[in-house]
Amino acid sequence: MPFIRTFIAASVICSGTLSLSAFAATELTIATVNNGHMIEMQKLSKEFEKQNPDITLNWVTLEEGVLRQRVTTDIATKGGQFDVMTIGMYEAPIWGSKGWLNEIKTDAAYDANDILPAIRAGLSVDDKLFAVPFYGESSMVMYRKDLVSDAGMTLPDRASWGHIRDVAAAIHDPDNGVYGICLRGKPGWGDNMAFLTTMANSFGAQWFDSEWKPQLTSPEWQHAVSFYVDLLTQYGPPGSSSNSFNEILALFNEGKCGMWIDATIAASFITDPKQSKVADKVAFAQAPIAVTDRGSNWLWAWALAVPSATKNAEAAEKFVKWATSKDYIQLVAKHNGWANVPTGTRQSTYASDEFKAAAVFAEAELAAIESADPNNSTLNPTPYVGVQFAAIPEFQAIGVVAGQQVSSALAGKTSVEKALENANKSADREMRKSGYYK
Amino acid sequence: MQKWLPRLLVMPSFISLLLWMIVPLSMTIYFSTIRYNLLYPGENNFVGGMNFEFFYTDDAFWPALFNTLTLVGLVLLLTVVSAIFIAVALDKPFRGRSIARVLLISPFFIMPTVNALIWKNMMMHPVYGVLAAIWTGFGLEPVDWLAQYPLGSIIIMLSWQWMPFALLIFITSLQSMDHEQKEAALLDGASGWQVFRYLTLPHLARPIAVVMMIETIFMLSVFAEIFVTTGGGPGYESTNLAFLIFAQALMQFDVGVASAGGLIAVILANIVAFFLIRAIGKNLVA
Repeated sequence: MPFIRTFIAASVICSGTLSLSAFAATELTIATVNNGHMIEMQKLSKEFEKQNPDITLNWVTLEEGVLRQRVTTDIATKGGQFDVMTIGMYEAPIWGSKGWLNEIKTDAAYDANDILPAIRAGLSVDDKLFAVPFYGESSMVMYRKDLVSDAGMTLPDRASWGHIRDVAAAIHDPDNGVYGICLRGKPGWGDNMAFLTTMANSFGAQWFDSEWKPQLTSPEWQHAVSFYVDLLTQYGPPGSSSNSFNEILALFNEGKCGMWIDATIAASFITDPKQSKVADKVAFAQAPIAVTDRGSNWLWAWALAVPSATKNAEAAEKFVKWATSKDYIQLVAKHNGWANVPTGTRQSTYASDEFKAAAVFAEAELAAIESADPNNSTLNPTPYVGVQFAAIPEFQAIGVVAGQQVSSALAGKTSVEKALENANKSADREMRKSGYYK
Repeated sequence: MQKWLPRLLVMPSFISLLLWMIVPLSMTIYFSTIRYNLLYPGENNFVGGMNFEFFYTDDAFWPALFNTLTLVGLVLLLTVVSAIFIAVALDKPFRGRSIARVLLISPFFIMPTVNALIWKNMMMHPVYGVLAAIWTGFGLEPVDWLAQYPLGSIIIMLSWQWMPFALLIFITSLQSMDHEQKEAALLDGASGWQVFRYLTLPHLARPIAVVMMIETIFMLSVFAEIFVTTGGGPGYESTNLAFLIFAQALMQFDVGVASAGGLIAVILANIVAFFLIRAIGKNLVA
């Protein structure tokens, strides 16, 4: 079986390379993520090809984790496979400062000042823009207003974590298939650790101290993770340790979650009657806090960047500017309606009355994005940039192990204390291996 | 002329096969002795055995080794034993036998990733999985399979997928069994169990050996099911060597350590194969 599969794959690859046409037009190879907004970009890029008959586009669409592996290996080995890469806010500053990306030169027509300041800062190094945002997101509380008001409770913006626990307890009704709160538990630096880092930030914790020593065993981390584990064990759905964004989205749409703290992008799905059974019963609030509001909601953007190894820099830059321009947002609105435009990038989108009318979550989303600051996301000063991650090359390895350990604590396999100790030990190893300290 | 012509004709394929193996292996050996982290390009100095040291002092190494061997052992046991009994049961003609055979063999033609997703979302999901529905039907608390028994769940998935493979081979093999011998034994007053023990099992010895060999090769490098369902977790409970190497190479981008891990896995596979061939070789001679 596998042999046959390999053979088929090999022949597909061969035929693919043979069919590469040999005319003089510039061919751009674009690596991107397989989520809704990007698939739409692929469809609409026909317009770009019409405007620029000398450029043809060639798409490589992959799942997030695989995309990250492919583009990282390509850029680090100077492979030059891709002319345009879709990267996140984690990669942009690291790769930009290593000189792996071309600076994006913007003009008045593109209007870079229209980009939300927090998003722009997260994609720049020394005020030079190295990637342009395609869509941006933060995190917030999404909850069932019917359940909360039936329980005689309210859910204000920036509620305390204690209040969140009380609300979860009040609306938790497992016999009728409604769980008080759903949160990410699947291991991964972009899965459970993304959420948990924002929670830990608000408890006053941080990943590294000013000497780059990992801080996972600090009382603040212990407190935050214990709170998280207790909350999900008591008022969460069973199987939380394998839930991430998509799994919880399915649960929420089925009406099984009372509260959910996750990416603002989810708002457009759970308010869509076509896929959500509770579309008319949803309300939003800003993320909860414990001792500080710094870093209590994350900041993320999927952005387009041009690797310096490309041979078609000019055409590539033209494309990334087209896909992230105001005109592109208008184009999506024209084709699919204002409710489906990529959000979280431009002030002009939020200023549009049509958008405000179509998207009930617009205001909450904008407030969440504007309140996030990657340069100032912890109670005490840190040497790193990033809200729900630390923008250093080692962070992926460190975050993956920490995620595994925390999910193990959530599943009740180890104690929180032991899990954080293991995660800290492994983080310390990585930092030593890279020579941050002896 | 007679002697060297066939050899000469075989040479091109022989040489290409040799290169097919030697080139990647020697590159892996080379990478395992240098510092080669994708995130720090250009710093490829010789480090000797440091990568190996990093690999086997990793907290995940011993659990991964243990999980790899547990996985191979238990999946072999489950698939071979259940396939033997099902094959013997299917050997007697009954109405609808051909349909039963097709149904039993079909799981083998499902892709590993699809198999994993079906089990994860349709069977073992603690909220809307089939197993959860059965548990609640009996008034019990549903089991959160992938969190409570991660390795056990993966063993169940793999056994479901590979039992048909063993079954296919055993059914075919039973068809070539001498029925007159079996009748003679029954006439001489042998019980059904004795026929199975002294005629069927020895007849199946060789196919069993083959199935065990092939399954071991595949089970040592299980990856898709783990990647899709548990991601190696919780903790390291379902991390095997293949997944650990993947994590080093493509989650931590450390090609040096991953290459060292790959070589350790090759050595392990050879040790397992050595004992397996010796154990099975005895069988083949008998």
